[in-house]
Parts: sequence; C-alpha cells; structure tokens
Amino acid sequence: MSINLSNKQRRYLAYSIPVLAVFAALLFGAIMLVLLGANPFKGYSEMFIGAFGSGDALIATLLKATPLLFVGTGIVIAFRAGVINIGAEGQMVLGGLFATMAALYLPEMPAIIMVPLVLIAGVIGGALWGWIPGALKAYYRVNEILSTIMLNIVAVQLMAYLLRGPLIDPAEIERGTRIPQTARLAESADLPILFGDRLHIGPVLAVLCAIATYYLLWRTPLGYRLRAVGLSEHAARYAGIPVRRTIALALTLSGALAGLAGAVLVFGSESHRMVTDGSTMGFTGGAGFNGIVAALLGGLHPLWTIPASFLFGGLIVGGQALQRAVQVPSALIVALNGLVVIFVVAADRYRAKLLSVDTSEEAFAKSDSEDDSEDHAAAGMGAVHDAAPDGTHSFDPEDSS
Amino acid sequence: MSEVFTTAVMIAVVASAIRLAVPLLLASLGETFGQRSGVLNLGVDGIMLLGAFTGYYAVLKTGNVWLGLFAAGIVGLALGVASAVIAVTLKAEQGISGIGIYLFGLGMSDLLFQKLVGTPIPIDTFPTVNVPLLADIPYIGEMFFQHNLVIYLAFAAIPVATFVMNKTTFGMNVRAVGEYPDAADTLGVSVSGVRYATQIIGGTLAGLAGGVLAISLGIFQQNLTNGAGFIAIALVYFGAWRPIGIMLGALLFGFVNALVLELKTLEIIPRDLSNIAAMAPAIITILALVFVARRFRAPSALTKPFTRGK
Repeated sequence: MSINLSNKQRRYLAYSIPVLAVFAALLFGAIMLVLLGANPFKGYSEMFIGAFGSGDALIATLLKATPLLFVGTGIVIAFRAGVINIGAEGQMVLGGLFATMAALYLPEMPAIIMVPLVLIAGVIGGALWGWIPGALKAYYRVNEILSTIMLNIVAVQLMAYLLRGPLIDPAEIERGTRIPQTARLAESADLPILFGDRLHIGPVLAVLCAIATYYLLWRTPLGYRLRAVGLSEHAARYAGIPVRRTIALALTLSGALAGLAGAVLVFGSESHRMVTDGSTMGFTGGAGFNGIVAALLGGLHPLWTIPASFLFGGLIVGGQALQRAVQVPSALIVALNGLVVIFVVAADRYRAKLLSVDTSEEAFAKSDSEDDSEDHAAAGMGAVHDAAPDGTHSFDPEDSS
Repeated sequence: MSEVFTTAVMIAVVASAIRLAVPLLLASLGETFGQRSGVLNLGVDGIMLLGAFTGYYAVLKTGNVWLGLFAAGIVGLALGVASAVIAVTLKAEQGISGIGIYLFGLGMSDLLFQKLVGTPIPIDTFPTVNVPLLADIPYIGEMFFQHNLVIYLAFAAIPVATFVMNKTTFGMNVRAVGEYPDAADTLGVSVSGVRYATQIIGGTLAGLAGGVLAISLGIFQQNLTNGAGFIAIALVYFGAWRPIGIMLGALLFGFVNALVLELKTLEIIPRDLSNIAAMAPAIITILALVFVARRFRAPSALTKPFTRGK
C-alpha cells in the first residue's frame, strides 16, 4: 500500500470493498437490463422497494436472509479452519429431509418438544453430509471442493427419490398427479410465528447461531483450535492440536448449520411440506452458494455476517421484484447472482490485503487476546493462502502430511 | 436379465458410451491444462452451458453445424479470458469464483434461450462419418467407427494433449508454473502468461464441449449439461492429471451413463429407482477421489495465486 492510512481508515475501507463489489455487479446487471430492453432505473428502484420498501417486503427479506445467515455462519467456521464448503446446498437438502422424516415418523407430540426435535433432526442430517467430506479430507486427503460438489449431486437425487417414493403424499398417488412432495407435515412441528402470519422464529434462531458461533470461535478452546488449524496446519500440529479431527469437525459443524437452514426452510414454509422440482436450488433457493457470499460480505466474521445476510436477502427478494416489474425472465436473477459471487470473491483479496498489516503472524500471536477478533476476521481468505509460510496449502491435503 | 446381454444391446451401449464421453473428454482435457498450471476453474459447467446455447443458436440460424461449433468455441475462449482475469489477475479464491461463473452461465444461457428462441426447435446434428473399411467390421465397426467427425477428432486430441504437455516447451512451462511458480518465474517464464494461456485453452475446450453436446442432441434446454462440467473437473483428478487417465475416466462415465439409460429404457431399473441409479456417477467419483488421492499428488501450486517474491 503506497497510500498511508491509519489502521482505522484502512479497516473502514476494507469493509466497504465487498459492498462496492456488489454495486459493481449491479452496474453490470444494469447493462444487461438495457440490452434486454428494460429500464435499469425503474428496475433497481423496484428492487429497492421490493426488498425494503414496506413491512411485507422487510419480512420477506428477513425470511430470505435466514438460510443465508445459517449457511454463512457455517461457512465462516469452515473458512476459519481453512476448508471451503461448497456443499451447503446438499447439506441443506439432507437437513430438510431428516427433519421431514422426523415430522412424518415421530408420534404426535406437543409443539414445545416437536419443534426442537425436528430442528435437531435437520442438524443431524446436515452434519452427516458435512462430516463425509470432512472425514474424506482429513483421513483420505480428498479435496473437499470436489467431494462436496459430488455430494450435492447425490443429495438432489436422494431428495427426488424419497419425495417421489417413500415420502410422497399419499393423496398425490390417489389423485395420480404424483407431484414429488410430502403430505402437510405435523402441525405441532410448524415453526412458531412471531409476528403477522409469516414471520416465524427462524431469523431469531439464525442470529442466535451467529452469536453462538462468535463465542465458539473466539472464546472457547475448540474455536482456538479451529482457527489455529486454518492459519497454519503445521504450527497447529506442533502445538499438539489434532489437525485431522479438527478439519473433519469444521465441515461437520458447517454442515450442521446448513442442515438447520434446510429444516427451517421446510417448517417455516407456507405449504409446510417438503417439495422438489428436481434441483437443489429449487429447494434451497441457492442459499447454499449465496451463504458463501454473505459470509464474504460479512468479512468472514459471524457477527458481521448478520447484517450482510440481511442485505443479501434483500438483494434476492428485490431481484424477484425487479424481474416482475420489468418483465424479464427469472434466469436473469441467476445470472446476476453469479456476477455478485464473482465480483465479491474477486474483491475479497483486496479487502484482505488492506488488513494484512494486522494479520498473519501478529494476529496469530495475539489471537487469544480480547479485542483482536475484527482484525483477525480481516485475514479472511487471504489467511488461507498466506498463512502457510512453508508453501503448504490447506486446500491441498495432498501436501499436508 | 438376459435381454441386457444381447449383442445388439451391448453394441448400442458401447457406441453410446463413446458419444456420451466426448463432451466430458473435451472439457476435462481443457481443465487439465488449467490445473496443471495451478488454476482450478470450477466454472466449466457454466462455460459449457453458454457454449451449448451459442452452438445451438448458431446452427439454428445458419444451419451449419461446423459454424455452430466454431461459435461455441469462440464464446468459450472469451469466457476463458474472463476466468483468467478473475483467477490470475484479480487472484480470486478459485473454489468460489468458479461457482459464480457457473451460476452466471446457468442463468445467462437460459435467459438468452428464452429471449432469443423461446420454444425448443430441433436443429441439425453432426453427420455420421463411417470410417472406410473399419466401419464394416462386424460389431467393432458399429461400436467404434460409425460416429461423427467430432468424436474421432476428440479422441485424436488425447495424444496431441499428451505430446503438448510432455514434449513441448509450452507444456513444460505449464507444469513448471503449476509445481514451482517461483522457480519458473526466476527462469523468466511468465507465470501469469502461462496461466492465461491455459485458461484460454480450458475455456475454448469447455465451450466446444458444450457446443458438441447441444449439436449432438440437436436441442437446447435450461441446464442442458446437468452438471457434466463438474463431473469433467472431477475427471481431471480421476485421471490423475494425465490425458490418458482422463480418457479412461470419461469412457467409464460414458459407459455408466449409457448403461443406466439403457437399463431404464429396457425398464430393468424401475422408474422409482432411477434417481438412485443417477447417483452412480457422483458416488463413483467420490470413491475414485479416495483412490487417486492415495496414489497421486495434485500440482502443488493448484488454487494458489502467484505473487512474485512471496
């Protein structure tokens, strides 16, 4: 950095970079709108109104942000331990399926027992789907990016199989329509409504999970181990940290949070059924991928991921409003979403660079002090690359032993 | 079960395995160059989709399949440049930026299709070229020598890729940059230049792979590739970063897919279980990854952006 900035200025600038990246992506989107013959100003104002312009819009945004926050929080855990979890889509599906099966097969129980039970079932499903790539990486040195993508494919087929076969609504068979969906799930498992007729406890749970993750990562020995492994596997191993178990655990925890997101999607849905259109994104709305973006927007810090998820949820809800208002195919939203991912990820290195003064060795040395969490967050993905001075790399388990 | 093993069925399965292997093979070969130079491009599926749409649209408008293939390659090339800018110049985290490229391709190809075409109209497909004499050999001819020109060319690309990778200066630079970028840099090899080149090769081949897919099927639809690009990336690991291994992997996948299709048509796999059968490629990939990870090592600079003096 040739420009002299104080640490504080540097930090503010760094935090604004991902937001600027989103704007850059939207600018690109405006060009696409013009090419499609739509008015981008009308489009984007409809987008803003659709996301934040009314009570209903805010509730829709909150609900859309909820799975992003669960997933994003899990992504933060994985990243801090030096693993990339591209498998949240599949983990959400498994969480949804486990929770659905719990609701279908458990006996009728009061809501106060039923709701926690189905959510825990979701956590278990997601955790299982995170543990598999975690263990494969830790013990068999299988690249987690590939294994999680493959597990996403397995998950979507499993969902289609179960919802077309064993779990299908008997009424669908009687009618002969055979829509791949379950019957209306037990009412006692519906997520309690906080306000109005749609806003359930999901957003609150997600915020609590993010706060708990903050405590886990910066206030517990386990969190210290996770971060130590992420900063340098070799140093962690010398310090006596069980590196392999910690890597497996990081993906398991990450999957568990995604699984919870899946369960919340099912029991917070308006139909109170699990339905599939034959794709993961049909169920998750792409939250498994967008959660990664939310985590990056939040500087890979669980608490900053809260407002980041809210903003990104608004972007998605608003995107749908935009698409309806200017009459362009909904595929535009998927394409725009891709652009946002690219721009945010491409900008992330600059954010990390701005803050790198505070990180690497220093951050590691003082990582158990009280106030370092934000500086430390800044290391972000940069840390994943830069922290291994001996040229090893945590994405590349082949090198690690 | 007897009807599965009739000669006619087996011949059909092998012939269709070869056809299904080709898009995977092309995309995988391109990705191999990228990975050998230290860049993981996870966006292959998105590039394939845009290549597929472009190829389809060009054939629809001109009626010329070769022009369609050319257009698909050009779009792939442009996206290869974009991938290089993102991964090499901007040094984005490759595991995630690739997902962005994938989503962009997925949405954009569908958007263009809806805007420019709307309802699927079938297009011309590649003409079959029987290899003289060989095509007349009983059984063998039908399995291997009654395909279209693209299929022969794709298989011919394998020895070419092996040669380029192992015997040319460019190939050595690719491998050097993927294993020891600092050393390569010291010796005057442009790390970024080589990586740009491999991304362009990879993008072009992915675009061609998509074009081949769409023009072979004679149709385009939303998410036409159905994740083939991701399988192609996994095949690079499967084949341990070597063109021959990749060809074997692509053929195995082609065979599994063809067999599953055939078993479904013959109703040996009941409709209810077709989803379970569709898991086979992904599960085989995971098992293969375990096996490969024990024996082979990825290029040591894979996914690591290069900064001089670090």
